[in-house]
Amino acid sequence: MSEPYKTAVIGDTASVSGFAALGLSVFRETEPERISKLINRLAANNFAVIYITEPAAALVGDTIKKYRSSPLPSIVLIPAIEGNTGDGMRALHEAVEKAVGSDILN
Amino acid sequence: MARLNVNPTRMELSKLKKKLQSARRGHKLLKDKRDELMRQFMILIKENRQLRSEVEKAIGESNRYMAVAGSVMQREVLETALMLPKQEVELEVSEKNVMSVYIPVFSPKYRTDDTNDIYSYGTAFTSIDLDGAVSSLSEVFPKMIRLAEIEKACQLMADEIEKTRRRVNALEHIMIPDYEETIKYITMKLSENERSTTTSLMKVKDMVLKQSHDFN
Repeated sequence: MSEPYKTAVIGDTASVSGFAALGLSVFRETEPERISKLINRLAANNFAVIYITEPAAALVGDTIKKYRSSPLPSIVLIPAIEGNTGDGMRALHEAVEKAVGSDILN
Repeated sequence: MARLNVNPTRMELSKLKKKLQSARRGHKLLKDKRDELMRQFMILIKENRQLRSEVEKAIGESNRYMAVAGSVMQREVLETALMLPKQEVELEVSEKNVMSVYIPVFSPKYRTDDTNDIYSYGTAFTSIDLDGAVSSLSEVFPKMIRLAEIEKACQLMADEIEKTRRRVNALEHIMIPDYEETIKYITMKLSENERSTTTSLMKVKDMVLKQSHDFN
């Protein structure tokens, strides 16, 4: 094993500050271009897991899709402070639909 | 169904028969792979769903604490409190092979073992709600790591299942019928040729016999 892998959290200040206490790398970004560049940079720099708030993820859907089929990093949607938008669950349903052909959950 | 564009020769026939055989074997193997992948996928997706709702609930709870903390404390104080974390998490990543899909496995390594090290601030100037927010996050963190792992696994497996399904379908509905049809065509053509050779031989024989009769 080379370098140890790291974990990042991306989102607005209020939603992600708490994660700093756990020792995760926290990035406070709300601009689409900057988030997208940030994700690319993190992916190239040994970040294995990137947690991103749902509103932030909604801005950079294409960038997230790009990393969907590569083994690392794993990008996980988490609810922001405004509440849960259900985007994370929706991604799960999409995966089922892709694999099975129709959404058989529920 | 389209017949393949090949010459109707014995050579091609035996080649095609071999191809058909391996296509059938490949089809069977891929079908098994698809079924097994699907079974594993369904197990994972169930866990994924459960885990996601748990994690979302816990983060929601922490966010509520955070919102309260943010309202009773000044933003700067809140930021300063969380600015220099004592705890640090690193991940060790290994790979697991599920039906030739390589899925990552994460195991977190903490810098300190002390569970109280998540509180990077003194308690004198911070709200108790901040403690609540941080502690509920740290409680759910192992689940979040597992979620990252399993969500990635689900995505990768969904891709692989789709690919395998396409291959199975292509073999089942296009390649195998095409081969069968072409083999049938060549067999027919060859036996037709044989018959025509036989008849022309018979004809020649007749002619030769007739000639020899005339001479006598």
